[in-house]
Amino acid sequence: MKLPIYLDYSATTPADPRVAEKMAQCLVSEGNFGNPASRSHVFGWKAEEAVEDARRNVADLLNADPREIVWTSGATESDNLAIKGVAHFYHKKGKHIITSRIEHKAVLDTCRQLEREGYEVTYLEPGSDGIITPETVENALREDTILVSLMHVNNEIGVVNDIAAIGELTRARKIMFHVDAAQSAGKLPIDMEVMKVDLMSLSAHKMYGPKGIGALYVSRKPRVRLEAQTHGGGHERGMRSGTLPTHQIVGMGEACRIAKEEMATDTEHCLTLRHRFLNHFSDMEEVHVNGSLEQRVSGNLNISFAFVEGESLIMSLKDVAVSSGSACTSASLEPSYVLRALGVNDEMAHSSLRFSFGRFSTAEEVDYAAAQVRQAVEKLRELSPLWDMFKDGVDLSTVQWAAH
Amino acid sequence: MAYSEKVIDHYENPRNVGKLDDKAENVGTGMVGAPACGDVMRLQIQVSDEGVIEDARFKTYGCGSAIASSSLATEWMKGKTLDQAAEIKNTHLAEELALPPVKIHCSVLAEDAIKAAIDDYRNKQDVGESAA
Repeated sequence: MKLPIYLDYSATTPADPRVAEKMAQCLVSEGNFGNPASRSHVFGWKAEEAVEDARRNVADLLNADPREIVWTSGATESDNLAIKGVAHFYHKKGKHIITSRIEHKAVLDTCRQLEREGYEVTYLEPGSDGIITPETVENALREDTILVSLMHVNNEIGVVNDIAAIGELTRARKIMFHVDAAQSAGKLPIDMEVMKVDLMSLSAHKMYGPKGIGALYVSRKPRVRLEAQTHGGGHERGMRSGTLPTHQIVGMGEACRIAKEEMATDTEHCLTLRHRFLNHFSDMEEVHVNGSLEQRVSGNLNISFAFVEGESLIMSLKDVAVSSGSACTSASLEPSYVLRALGVNDEMAHSSLRFSFGRFSTAEEVDYAAAQVRQAVEKLRELSPLWDMFKDGVDLSTVQWAAH
Repeated sequence: MAYSEKVIDHYENPRNVGKLDDKAENVGTGMVGAPACGDVMRLQIQVSDEGVIEDARFKTYGCGSAIASSSLATEWMKGKTLDQAAEIKNTHLAEELALPPVKIHCSVLAEDAIKAAIDDYRNKQDVGESAA
């Protein structure tokens, strides 16, 4: 077993070696380095062929048409293009947009920008399980709603929204539905023939592809129009100009091909490891899983270890790479806005860690990490005045704290 | 985030962890911070008849810098008179631990805890005297 152990697959994944191999073939002069937009020679034609093969692989993962795939630099750009592109194109129909409080910043900050431009945005509240129900969406729909933008799987807590059901509601009212699928593509079955989704953001580096490449699915039937956000040579049918990075695209295509083929095995593998990991804490007091454990993507686990602060816990985990929902890791002192939206109190949000497992995680790693976490939590609880109080039977919610 | 060696040392080998009897006449307790803010410090001192801090104990819920700040505070308070201990400033703690700007509030909290413990002890003595 190699240290440190990587349990942060929701942040990014290493590229699959098969992906890296394919990418390496598209760089040097002996390889497929041409500009896919070059029409006058074989270097361009070969590169274009590789790009179109990759496009087909991405489309296949979603059961979509290759002509519905637009290359971008990643999910953040896809979110920007989808939301601003729709808002700017359809503004005469209305200026109301619906999203949720627990979206990724790429969606939230884009919506904030549109508010500055005069659009009105409704931010839906998730349930305490982290799920945005179709009913919540339905109740927020208005005559002037032009777009609903929701994530398929939440990046912090991994819970899964029922996008098929929400798509039925929006399609019946001819409202555009954008789904940020950065955390779900390649992990959950997605079928654009069945799901009534108009736009879907994808990222390669969450599914064993390279960073710096993503895609936006733009439905053809019904046809979705977008106002371009990047202008230039008219690449990608005018929706996103810029020379296509063949090696990145080929990497994403290969990642999607593998993901489709191995989805069942990957899922089974992650579920087994997650179960195994969680079992290590079954006899420990005050260990809480944040968000629905049932309606959740296989590789994610978000846990609060009460009475222990997340950053100090991470400091103890020298050989284990995880993320904290505690604020102290960022410049702001606010704990995770996702957990707070779920109604998790600030103290529990400060005590949360996100563990995410993936294709290359092993049982040995998971056992080692769990043992480290246990040891650290036990040590820090011995140091914690809150643990003392809890053990003495003091109800912490009744204590008057001198907040600073 | 990179921690200084001193923060890591105090975090890994915290000095004077524990709890004194907060009901005892010669013990002063300072509890500052709030769970919602991500840090709570409990700092306690045991004072001799001569007004010297014979023992100091802490427990802290918070980040590594908060733990290190309170650990260092107890170390510095031991053997000092109350007036000397009251001179310990957050800037001294922050400097000794090389805390980055985003962690200065941890040392501020430790200073608050020192003051609160001293105040608590002095209040107990005042009450004792007026009762006598």
